[in-house]
Amino acid sequence: MQLLNLKDTINFMSIRRFSMALSIILILGAFASFMTKGLNWGLDFTGGSLIEVSFDQSADLQKIRSVMDEEGFRDATVQNFGSSKDVLIRLAPIENADKTTADSKMVGNRIMQSLTAMDDTATMRRIEFVGPSVGGELREQGGLAMLTALICILIYVAMRFEWRFALGSVSALAHDVIITVGLFSVLGIEFDLTVLAAVLAVIGYSLNDTIVVSDRIRENFIKLRQGDAEEIINISLTQTLSRTMITSITTALVLFALLLMGGELIKGFAIALLFGVVIGTYSSVYVASSIALGLGISKEDLMPTVVEKEGADQDAMMP
Amino acid sequence: MVLMILAIGALYSAPNLYGEDPAIQVSGLRGAEVNALVLDSVVEKLDNANISYKKSELTTDRILIRLKNSDDQLKAKEAIGDSLGDSYVVALNLAPATPAWLEAIGAGPLKLGLDLRGGVHFLMEVDMGEAMNKSYTQMVEDFKADLREEKIRYRTIKRDVANEAVRIELRKEEDLDPARRLLEKRYQGYSIVEDSNSNGYELLVRMTPEKIKETRNYAVDQNITIIRNRVNELGVAEPLVQRQGQDRIVVQLPGVQDTARAKEILGATATLEFKLVDTNGDLGAALNGRVPPRAKLYEKSKVGPVLLEKKVALTGDHIVDASSSFDEYGMPQVNISLDSKGGTKMSAFTKDNVGNQMAVVFIEYKKTDKQDANGKFKLKKIEEVISVATIQSRLGRNFRITGSGSQAEAHNLALLLRAGALIAPIQIVEERTVGPSLGQENIDAGMNAVLLGFGLVLIFMLIYYKKFGLVANVALAANLIMIIGVMSMIPGATLTLPGIAGIVLTVGMAVDANVLIFERIREELRDNRSPQQAIHHGYDSAFSTIADANITTFIAAVILFAIGTGPIKGFAITLAIGIATSMFTAIVGTRAIVNATWGGKRIDNLSI
Repeated sequence: MQLLNLKDTINFMSIRRFSMALSIILILGAFASFMTKGLNWGLDFTGGSLIEVSFDQSADLQKIRSVMDEEGFRDATVQNFGSSKDVLIRLAPIENADKTTADSKMVGNRIMQSLTAMDDTATMRRIEFVGPSVGGELREQGGLAMLTALICILIYVAMRFEWRFALGSVSALAHDVIITVGLFSVLGIEFDLTVLAAVLAVIGYSLNDTIVVSDRIRENFIKLRQGDAEEIINISLTQTLSRTMITSITTALVLFALLLMGGELIKGFAIALLFGVVIGTYSSVYVASSIALGLGISKEDLMPTVVEKEGADQDAMMP
Repeated sequence: MVLMILAIGALYSAPNLYGEDPAIQVSGLRGAEVNALVLDSVVEKLDNANISYKKSELTTDRILIRLKNSDDQLKAKEAIGDSLGDSYVVALNLAPATPAWLEAIGAGPLKLGLDLRGGVHFLMEVDMGEAMNKSYTQMVEDFKADLREEKIRYRTIKRDVANEAVRIELRKEEDLDPARRLLEKRYQGYSIVEDSNSNGYELLVRMTPEKIKETRNYAVDQNITIIRNRVNELGVAEPLVQRQGQDRIVVQLPGVQDTARAKEILGATATLEFKLVDTNGDLGAALNGRVPPRAKLYEKSKVGPVLLEKKVALTGDHIVDASSSFDEYGMPQVNISLDSKGGTKMSAFTKDNVGNQMAVVFIEYKKTDKQDANGKFKLKKIEEVISVATIQSRLGRNFRITGSGSQAEAHNLALLLRAGALIAPIQIVEERTVGPSLGQENIDAGMNAVLLGFGLVLIFMLIYYKKFGLVANVALAANLIMIIGVMSMIPGATLTLPGIAGIVLTVGMAVDANVLIFERIREELRDNRSPQQAIHHGYDSAFSTIADANITTFIAAVILFAIGTGPIKGFAITLAIGIATSMFTAIVGTRAIVNATWGGKRIDNLSI
């Protein structure tokens, strides 16, 4: 079976300017959303308490809210989680004057007690408590992880290919990350540690795509004698398009499986990756290659080092 | 070779097929050892209660009894329960039912994270500020005593917060040098300088960076020791108490649902008291309720009921360190170091009591279920005599307790002595509790997602690449087995929900290598190469692309692992393992199958 039967080279780069504009609009949109709406940071990053409770019957949110009020948690948010029988209660971090926040630690247990008193079918599914200082640290760590990943990848690609490709692929990665996180901001989906892991996986995936395309561009620069840079990039993109599509499809398939079956806790993860795969596929075609082209990549830049490296690499790793 | 590696992978993932036996675990507490006698009495209890069991095992630190079902497990716990007394903990456990021959090669099932098993995760922070405070206070006390002892007169000795030092103000200049030499001789790890900015005769004593590090490490290690002790008391089957970063401790208690109780026990405060044994009092009379007014009866004791004087000779906060070692006859002993104040007290106290017996009482305050008028939980004081020894001579700052039993018991006594002098309090900064139903649901959801995703990819590849698709599918299945095998092999690797997500993602991305190769082969075929050539070129030219693409993703995974915590780490592990195994199965594995199927034959067209 053949999904795409491409006889002619598609002129991808002809709409380069348009795609650039689109990317810039998307990025600006993402930033605008960060500014105005911000991110719906999850408990991992804000600190606070969270209690997930399930009941035998549909839960009466109103009643739970009044119980919470009685207990003195007026700022608690009570909402259904996944199904009408499951309830998620969130509490902002309690800032105690003294350092021994003994009370905030016991909050979860106290709430469970009063909920069981209200309805004895209430069963605890999970209780989470994250201290405010830990939340801040996790946010810092997450940002640091992302930056380190980008820099290490930049170095590797620059060593393995050429700085223009490196810059192109890292811009593509940054592009994907910003737009994916932007989507979470626009839709107001909770951004927690698992989603952060997903965003970092998007980096890995998108990079995979970009490398495959760049590899082919490099190969064609060496192999094909005629044609300017734009043409060669178009040829390379056409040649790799069918692979790009198939890998995206298989990855999207498993992510759909995860979204459908994986349960509530993994939903954000699946959404982030699914969207990231789409954006990553687009960016490896348009962002990475157009930037390399825009920076004036040419045959001479790739010739000497590459031939030697590729051979050496193969000798060393073949069984 | 390919087959061999796959076989090893399959072998190590095999234990996951056997499941787990419900089991009862008995372990000793506070130095009590489990031995064949204890095992016999446990087995007898089970026989009396008519509970049949699969197998009983005795290892150095625990007895494990495998039962046929979880009903029996609960009954068995009740039957064994209290009969063993306070020195033993009886806990419910799930023991992997791995056959002995697999265990012999070190194979075992995957370790599941708390989000899949259910349980509590605490992150505790050691209050380093307090730890440093205590050390400075200690320094001030010690220096005062030392200078007084050497008759070097000082004006003040106090902590200098701004300079992170202890400031010693002397009365005359000639004393500067002797004072410095004295302190340098007695202590290590301090830098002592004259304060040139002051007009008096002042010395600044600072901790060296190593000393500071040592102090902080000590504070963390001490807390870990104490938490371990308490966790054992909770009767959790496979607890984890581990240091994380500079000043944090991770505590994971699988299967524990009652977090309130767990927190109380972990947060209990402990102290020690040294008291004289009341040798004049009549123990027998005391046991019948006639306790002499000067004394107190301790029934909870390592050495049987004992009558102690009410007067406290020394409290545990003077203990600086305690460790176990061997004396000159090769018998275990416990070495105790006191601070200078404690040394003086001890010395004064033991001077008149040589030949008498002294006991160490371990006191813990635990919250009870009862509340007082203000709704606060009442504290219950639990006292236990952990050692009774004869005072052989006048004791000073350093002394030892010998004859306290086996080496394990001496070690435990040292731990408990240190516990009485907790230098830094801890507080919980993060808590995650997962109920058992949610854990099981997470496992089911994860498994379903893996199966569905795996199935979809298999079908897609089969339709799209026909026979070659089949080859890729075999490789994918092998990859899945390898991931599980490798995960089971690595001791520290646990499977978490994000980890399962990582496996699912790997399934989707692992076929990428095959897609790259197959697309190459198709291209070569379109360029009118012979099938054999096409296969050869396809594999060769796709290789460097695959390597590049995977190495970069691997970099991302490694960084995730290095920087991330908790769920991120779980995801990074499976992603990294998945990349490594998929490289192997997708390139080497499929090549082997392709060569075996199509190699060396004349073929006109390929099913691709």
